[in-house]
Amino acid sequence: MLKYSLRRLASAIPTLFLLITFAFFLIRIAPGGPFDSERALPPEIEANLAAKYHLDEPLVFQYGRYLWQIVRGDLGPSFHYRDWSVNDLIAQGAPVSFALGVAALLLALVIGVITGAWAALRQNKPVDYTVMSIAMVGISIPNFVMAPLLILLFAIVLGWLPAGGWAFSFDRMILPVITLALPMIAYIARITRGSMIEVLHSSYIRTVRAKGMPEKEVILRHALKPALLPVISYLGPAAAAILTGSVVVERIFTIPGIGSYFVQGALNRDYTLVMGVVILYGVLIILFNFMVDLLYAWLDPRIRYDDGEAET
Amino acid sequence: MSRLWPLCLMLLLVGCSEQSEQPVEPPPSLADPVAVELDADGRPVPDILAESQVIHRGNGEEPQTLDPHLAEGVPSTNILRDLFEGLTTTTPDGHIVPGAAQHWDISRDGLTYTFFLDPEGRWSNGEPVTAEDFVWSWQRAVDPSTGASYGRMLSPVANAEAIFAGELPPEELGVTALNDSTFQVDLNHPSPYFLGLLTHPTTYPVYREAVEAYGDSHVRPGNLVSNGAYTLEEWRVRSSITLVKNRAYRAADDVIVERVVFYPLEDENTEFNRFRAGDLHWTYQVPSNRFQWLRENLDEALMVTPWFGTYFFSFNLTRPPFKDNLALRQALNLAVDREILTERVSRFGEIPTFNLVPPGLPEYEPPVTDWADMTQKEREDEARRLYREAGYSEEKPLAVELRYNASENHRKIAVAIAAMWKQVLGVRTRLINEEFRVFLQNRAQRRVTEVFRSGWIGDYQDAFTFLELFHSEHGRNDAGYDNPRFDRLLERIAAERVPASRRNLMAEAERMILADQVILPVYNYVTKRLIDPRLKGWKENVMDHHLTRYMYLVRAREAGEEEDAAEEAEGEES
Repeated sequence: MLKYSLRRLASAIPTLFLLITFAFFLIRIAPGGPFDSERALPPEIEANLAAKYHLDEPLVFQYGRYLWQIVRGDLGPSFHYRDWSVNDLIAQGAPVSFALGVAALLLALVIGVITGAWAALRQNKPVDYTVMSIAMVGISIPNFVMAPLLILLFAIVLGWLPAGGWAFSFDRMILPVITLALPMIAYIARITRGSMIEVLHSSYIRTVRAKGMPEKEVILRHALKPALLPVISYLGPAAAAILTGSVVVERIFTIPGIGSYFVQGALNRDYTLVMGVVILYGVLIILFNFMVDLLYAWLDPRIRYDDGEAET
Repeated sequence: MSRLWPLCLMLLLVGCSEQSEQPVEPPPSLADPVAVELDADGRPVPDILAESQVIHRGNGEEPQTLDPHLAEGVPSTNILRDLFEGLTTTTPDGHIVPGAAQHWDISRDGLTYTFFLDPEGRWSNGEPVTAEDFVWSWQRAVDPSTGASYGRMLSPVANAEAIFAGELPPEELGVTALNDSTFQVDLNHPSPYFLGLLTHPTTYPVYREAVEAYGDSHVRPGNLVSNGAYTLEEWRVRSSITLVKNRAYRAADDVIVERVVFYPLEDENTEFNRFRAGDLHWTYQVPSNRFQWLRENLDEALMVTPWFGTYFFSFNLTRPPFKDNLALRQALNLAVDREILTERVSRFGEIPTFNLVPPGLPEYEPPVTDWADMTQKEREDEARRLYREAGYSEEKPLAVELRYNASENHRKIAVAIAAMWKQVLGVRTRLINEEFRVFLQNRAQRRVTEVFRSGWIGDYQDAFTFLELFHSEHGRNDAGYDNPRFDRLLERIAAERVPASRRNLMAEAERMILADQVILPVYNYVTKRLIDPRLKGWKENVMDHHLTRYMYLVRAREAGEEEDAAEEAEGEES
């Protein structure tokens, strides 16, 4: 297991390196630069700014400089938010996105798995149809529709919750968490239901039932655990995506997370900021996929990594 | 009818957008404020003031920086005007009055300004604001290594241009501290708008020790030392910026609002919802498709006022089809019905215009073009004649590219203009929508543009801020206008000392740009925002400067408090 883990971590380094390289050169291809504005800068000032941020050097040199910076843990200065470094911006925004993401993830997992399993146990009955219809609606309604509807109802008509703004408090977090969690709940419920039905029809479940095990135990001990495998594989990338924030939810609820930096950074040609969030996203994806694989081994006794090869 | 269909279609398209947005939610209830009562000094009597004097202001985007010398954009400058104070400042209605300088002398040739600083002037740490602070700050602002985006604001000052170009060191700037409280500025030419420039953040003093000690992070809370009515308490990136009253400020006793919180709210609907939920006293904008609804339901809070800016399109004069084709440019200009654009398309009370410089300048009489006085029908007839003169006809129509940057309003205007050109002249327009920075780059390079969206908000209260854009060497002369007579005229304006002659020269310059059909003016901007009726002390002004130090919150009228109290007060005032 340890050997496997080390090997996975070692393989993450070239992956990240490729990611950084692609992202670095791709963003530079975009026309325009970070200091363009409707008020044109005098050429001397522009030259000085370029020199200050080393944008006047050949691109390969800039790339080398950037890699060296990253190795030292420095993501560089933000070109747009000129009073802050990318490290500052991510340090301020990431806890917000993480808090929202974790809350939404937990909520989605608990509700999604319970409703999915419930629907599976009542397959093709009214409960199943109702739950799956609601899930379908949950997947179909985009968050830029859901969020304003929630604000309208809870903040403006009922006046129970604030219309936006951020604090680590229940009342400020609840609406964005629900908005983020709803589509995930729907996905998880559907995945759980499908895989649960499959497991319930498998021969070993028939066997434990035939042996007279109580139904509750059959479901909780023997059916649910393997039924969660597809949910876990879904959760890996989904967790990385949700923890790095959502542009739409951040914009509508005015939340200072890091999701908007992907879009704002690119629009502002804030090269370092875009790179910073891309690297963070990349690291999280690699990390969560790794965790998914470990969880697989725990959930499915047929998967073991002890000799470095996954047996299936 | 066949010629009318594009316009009908356009009106249908544009008209639909509001109908489909008919909101179903109930209108909000804004607290009813008590009537304003002022004491003999013009200050509000304590009895009417709300208990909590904390103002919440929507402020567009997250400011790029709070360093006054690096800042650009309205969100930054809104905050900087509260944090810092230049030698002059503005009254609520926009008049220029003494700020950090108590008074000043101007030499007879208009070339030397001597400012006598207010002896009460203090930095937020209690240190006095000195003439040396201004000398150092202005040298910093023109130093090319600072990278000040608006450093050019100081170009009237002696040697500033040579310092930008790196030919002279910043110490050679024409500014001197005669003593601790006397600051002298030598100008290249008499610039009648110079006192107005001094309200711009580029001319604000910064605290040398903080800048030297903290470098780029001198503007963080705890590091920032400011000389304005407020000081920086907290800065949560993309969440809020809180300013608290600066107790050391020279006029601190007159400042009523204790705290002002600026929120970066980029989405107009989000901001609108937060206003309706009672989170904001002042919004930065309003949802552009809700005008009718706002008029009907929130009229007491909706404020639409003229702004010092013009929305126009420019012709690329360096490429065909507009190069050396004055008749064609004029034909396209005349075929556009501004009234329809403002009344049916932009619909926020924008003012249709045929000029470059917005109205409302006290020292400037804008020229009136011949075609401004025509009826639209006459303009269209003239447009057809000119179109034929330019060599185009229905059989051989002009095909043109109209370029704008991605935005709903720009799109609507461009669609409407294309429809008008089609209807009046038969022009085939290709609309090109570009991401902002791609658009800026294409505009500046002049290699692919034909007609493109432009627009300008004046930086200082003078027509020159618009005219100088068309100097052949100006960095934003994206039309590529290159007229030596116009350039010489600008130089004469810069050197002219007699105000009346200067006004005439400026009008002549504007007339030249309009006669040469460099631009297609559409309308003058308006600012539009929602303001809580309890927020008082602000006034309309064309520069859109609203300093929190003049504002205050009055309390809401209580249940037992009847209208007659207000009526009585009004009776006394009258």
